[in-house]
Amino acid sequence: MKRMHLFAIALGVMLTISACATPTPNPTAAPIVAPATAANANGALTVYAAASLTSAFKEIAAAFEQTNPGSHVEFNFAGSQDLVTQISNGARADVFASADLKNMDALQKQALIHGAPQVFARNKLVVIVPQTNPADLKALQDLAKPGIKLIVADKTVPVGNYTLQMLDKLSTDAAFGAGFKDATLKNVVSQENNVKAVLSKISLGEGDAGVVYTTDAQTAAKQVTMIDVPDQFNVIALYPLATVKDAPNAALAAKWVEFILSPQGQTILLKYGFIPPS
Amino acid sequence: MAIFKANLARARARFNSGRIALLGLASLLTLFLTLPLLALTLRAIPLGIDAWLSAATLAALQLSLITATLATLIALAIGTPVAYILAREQFRGKPLVDTLIDVPMVLPPAVAGIALLMAFGRRGLLGPALSVWGIELPFTTAAVVIAETFVAAPFYVRSAKAGFGAVDRKLERMSASLGISNFKTFFRITLPLAAPSLISGLLMTWARALGEFGATIMFAGNFPGRTQTMPLAIYSGLESNLDSALALAMILVVVSFVILFAARAQSPKGLTLG
Repeated sequence: MKRMHLFAIALGVMLTISACATPTPNPTAAPIVAPATAANANGALTVYAAASLTSAFKEIAAAFEQTNPGSHVEFNFAGSQDLVTQISNGARADVFASADLKNMDALQKQALIHGAPQVFARNKLVVIVPQTNPADLKALQDLAKPGIKLIVADKTVPVGNYTLQMLDKLSTDAAFGAGFKDATLKNVVSQENNVKAVLSKISLGEGDAGVVYTTDAQTAAKQVTMIDVPDQFNVIALYPLATVKDAPNAALAAKWVEFILSPQGQTILLKYGFIPPS
Repeated sequence: MAIFKANLARARARFNSGRIALLGLASLLTLFLTLPLLALTLRAIPLGIDAWLSAATLAALQLSLITATLATLIALAIGTPVAYILAREQFRGKPLVDTLIDVPMVLPPAVAGIALLMAFGRRGLLGPALSVWGIELPFTTAAVVIAETFVAAPFYVRSAKAGFGAVDRKLERMSASLGISNFKTFFRITLPLAAPSLISGLLMTWARALGEFGATIMFAGNFPGRTQTMPLAIYSGLESNLDSALALAMILVVVSFVILFAARAQSPKGLTLG
């Protein structure tokens, strides 16, 4: 009993200490002498972005932090639909960058977006095979070859939805035939929850072919080979971004959007294989 | 005397305030652990019958039950000898073996999945050997069972080892002195005495296998009816079919609770995991 008593006191003391510690202002977040114009345009910025933006956004963040001293960009990269679920459930995000309009619309319908979303980049699909090409796939037609292991993203993920649209378009072409889509879908062995999972399974050589964005394929150029999808069959993905309503750091969020659309931001996006917005 | 009484009263008052603080903190944690489950229940209960009994929900449920049971049976078959040896034998490198068996329990799930691919994947260590026999494990139901066994079997080994370790050796020696074979002694004396720990370990293993997510999605992929177990269906359903995802989540919570409760009732002194 006595030991329990001591334990309780110890816990109580710890709790008191931590309670006292929380209200102490973070010295970096609130400098004592801050010029009035720069109010809030520093500190932490939380960007929720589609997984396919990972590499490009990280480089943009480094440039952004240099241009805006005292700012610090934090990311949450995931499938756009996961990010929507998180923001809908009250996640504190400043900016949301989606890999499709559908997920941005979903947030807009819930009035969780501030202002109108802006398209800042485009992307398109490509078929990838492991460098060793175990199933010996050379053309898009080979995707329907019986028994190959095809890995796609789930239809709820933008890239998965686009993959189905691409197969629909291919099936209307005489060179592929009406049965192409069904024959190809029979080869699907896994429906991944994000595009990076498709890429990693092909990079590891576990699947024979996968469908990802050109931007993803470029990050693994050593492990995978690309099979081009002609524009008339391809789906051009639009990437919109917007500041989130009630953003904890709205001023910095606006600066981030501006920076992404600026020549400096666009140059970096181009480097990672994105197509300019228009 | 008066001073002594005053001291006693003060001590008692201190004890009471300490007890209140203790109870307060304890209920805080209990509430913290219970609240999310309660919130989930409140959302899931009013769902229509079609969310609970949709074809996708049932397919995932069926696959989960089958694979978790197979993983548990494998753990029983190959885990029992390991647990027995670890409990009874002394040999060089025993602490190493002991630790290695624990590692899958604490690995981040994605790491377990990658490690399984490196071992059993098409380009893994055993991949070429397996493909000679026409076996390709990734993206099959067998891969789900392997992933679940990998992360869940250690729970059984831990519990069974403790169970065997607690059996009174005198009883076994007595049995041997009566001319009863080791084999019979094991099944008539050792096993029944260790049974509560073994059963509680099996239940823990089954529950862990049922909740397995990361290693499965990495090693077995996500395909409805073939490798999409309940946790994977919940994750995939979050966007397309939230109701069905919530229903599955609810089933998983209830099943986990019942199993953990049963394991506690089985086990001689609460959960024996150490």
